[in-house]
Amino acid sequence: MTTFIIRRTGSLVLLLAAVSFITFTLFQLGPSDPAAAACGQECTPERISEARVALGMDQPFFVQYFDYIRGLFSSRMIGAPGAQTLCEWPCLGKSFQTNENVADIIARSLPYTFSMAIGALVLWTITGVGLGLLAALRKGSPVDKFIVGAASVGVSLPIPVTGLFLLLLFVNQLHLLPFTTNEINSPFGPHGPGAWVANYLLPWIALAVLFSASYIRVTRTNMIETFGEDFIRTARAKGLAPRTVTFKHGVRAGITPVVTMLGMDIGLLLGGAVLTEQIFSVPGLGFTAVHAAIAGDLPVTMAITMLAAFFVIVANVAVDLAYAAIDPRVRLQ
Amino acid sequence: MMQLNTAPASAPASGTATAPFLEVRDLSVKFPTDDGVVSAVNGMDFTLERGQTLGIVGESGSGKSVTSQALMGLLKGTSAQVTGQAMFQGKDLVALPESAMRQLRGRNIGMIFQDPLSALHPFYTVGHQIAEAYLVHNKASKKQARTAAVDMLGRVGIPSPEQRYDEYPHHFSGGMRQRAMIAMALICEPELLIADEPTTALDVTVQAQILDLMSGLQEETNSALILITHDLGVVAEVCDDVLVMYGGQCVESGPVDGIFYDTRHPYTLGLLNSMPTLNSAQSRLNPIPGQPPSLLDLPNGCIFSARCQYAEIAGDGVCASQRPELRMEDGHGKRCHLSGPQLISIRNSR
Repeated sequence: MTTFIIRRTGSLVLLLAAVSFITFTLFQLGPSDPAAAACGQECTPERISEARVALGMDQPFFVQYFDYIRGLFSSRMIGAPGAQTLCEWPCLGKSFQTNENVADIIARSLPYTFSMAIGALVLWTITGVGLGLLAALRKGSPVDKFIVGAASVGVSLPIPVTGLFLLLLFVNQLHLLPFTTNEINSPFGPHGPGAWVANYLLPWIALAVLFSASYIRVTRTNMIETFGEDFIRTARAKGLAPRTVTFKHGVRAGITPVVTMLGMDIGLLLGGAVLTEQIFSVPGLGFTAVHAAIAGDLPVTMAITMLAAFFVIVANVAVDLAYAAIDPRVRLQ
Repeated sequence: MMQLNTAPASAPASGTATAPFLEVRDLSVKFPTDDGVVSAVNGMDFTLERGQTLGIVGESGSGKSVTSQALMGLLKGTSAQVTGQAMFQGKDLVALPESAMRQLRGRNIGMIFQDPLSALHPFYTVGHQIAEAYLVHNKASKKQARTAAVDMLGRVGIPSPEQRYDEYPHHFSGGMRQRAMIAMALICEPELLIADEPTTALDVTVQAQILDLMSGLQEETNSALILITHDLGVVAEVCDDVLVMYGGQCVESGPVDGIFYDTRHPYTLGLLNSMPTLNSAQSRLNPIPGQPPSLLDLPNGCIFSARCQYAEIAGDGVCASQRPELRMEDGHGKRCHLSGPQLISIRNSR
């Protein structure tokens, strides 16, 4: 177990180093010039070079990169000589656009992303696994065919289509739900859990329609395969109740691929659901990352990219641990 | 001695208090598929008494396993169409609804499967799976179930059962797994045990141990055993009676000695002949030529006629045109047009 943790932590650090370096390099190679953007409309060459110094972009590439990495481990000073400000640990730099601490921007965006991810996750897991299981149990019946058909439709509906349709129907036409507001980012806030659910219900549904489709298909396929296994026949031969056969013997064995998918999707979603946040104007990580990337705001883009990578890697470790909990054959000795 | 009954048309010895322990009448199983109806089992008849062992022999696809699954009610809820009768302790296993069948499974009828690794659940400990079988049919605490399971593991010859209880199937060797399967099937002391190729997946040395174990436990509990196998050596060792299946039909049935030394069906002769022996000088095996018939489209005549080297002897092409009935003589039945003297001369000519 200790070796496992050490090994996974090591690979986490290496991957994050690689991700940060690649992002940094790509940014330098790219066409965007944050200094020009920062100096505004009435710009002169002098002001551009001043801005460049202020953003630290006059330094050689490696100096910039290692300055950035240093900030991950200690506080550092940022800005032009003479006008430096302290960036406290953990220093992810300051936004080129607003000069705000990037760590603060992240901390502000995260609750929105979490709010969106958690609800969507619960919704699509329940519908995806539930409907997939139902289809597998009723294999070949009209119920099965309907569910499989609906899944095919769901998986081919892009988020902009479902998202805008949901907004149009429930907010614009039926006035059943409020338009999403930035004020709510937690069920424990002053508005209460009800308002939180109402605020995020549509993005949840939009994501769930897309995601549960693939969960239905994976669950169905795996459960049909599992129900044909010899150990299911043994369970029946013991005289166990159908419910016990289905859930205790069937689902536990057939659910492992879904756990893998779930881990990957959680990781991806926590890194920011770019399109969904855009359509529902939720200022989460994805929304922030897109705007930062367009504006050439390197520190913000870097931070969110690395955070997304971090979530994916951690989710992978969680999947491994969940596997060991489910299947004794992969349990670490 | 167990009685093997005659063709379905004959009336059973009904009305008396001594109804057979298990009486199967005209059992048929059909599977509708996209290509047509597969007739996996066609009109099986047999009876079995407690303490007796019936061997069902035949090659792959002859309907052995389907017969056992039909008796276990494992085909209920599938597309399979099971017809006929299987009277067990006054209940018809074919007509019994799934919920009632469930009460019998594990408690009154136990089953052992071919491959113990795939038949055991990989995610639960061996002990848990055995205790689970005990708990379904007994009002007992988990602790009592554990005690019963540990005791049963000991009875099937697993050393230090208390420790082995908490191990997973993948920690067990093949023979140990099959012992565990037997423990699971027998924990509720069923009166009828169906073993579907219980030794096929095991080493030869382990096979003998498992057979001994099953026979020993059967004697202890005076249960009836249906042993499904394609291994005639196994049959000779443990069975009292034998039923030879071909193309979903019983082609020959009778006491084990009769099947081996007074063989009355060319197919059984072929099976016996294709068995490798240690003391024969021949270096090649003698397979039965040809393929088993398609169960989608069974021939009108004798099912075996296409592969039978003696079909001409019966004369008039009767083998190809007319399906023989199962004819009984001294408790030994054959489904063949050849007469007794004809068969004797065939046997002597080999």
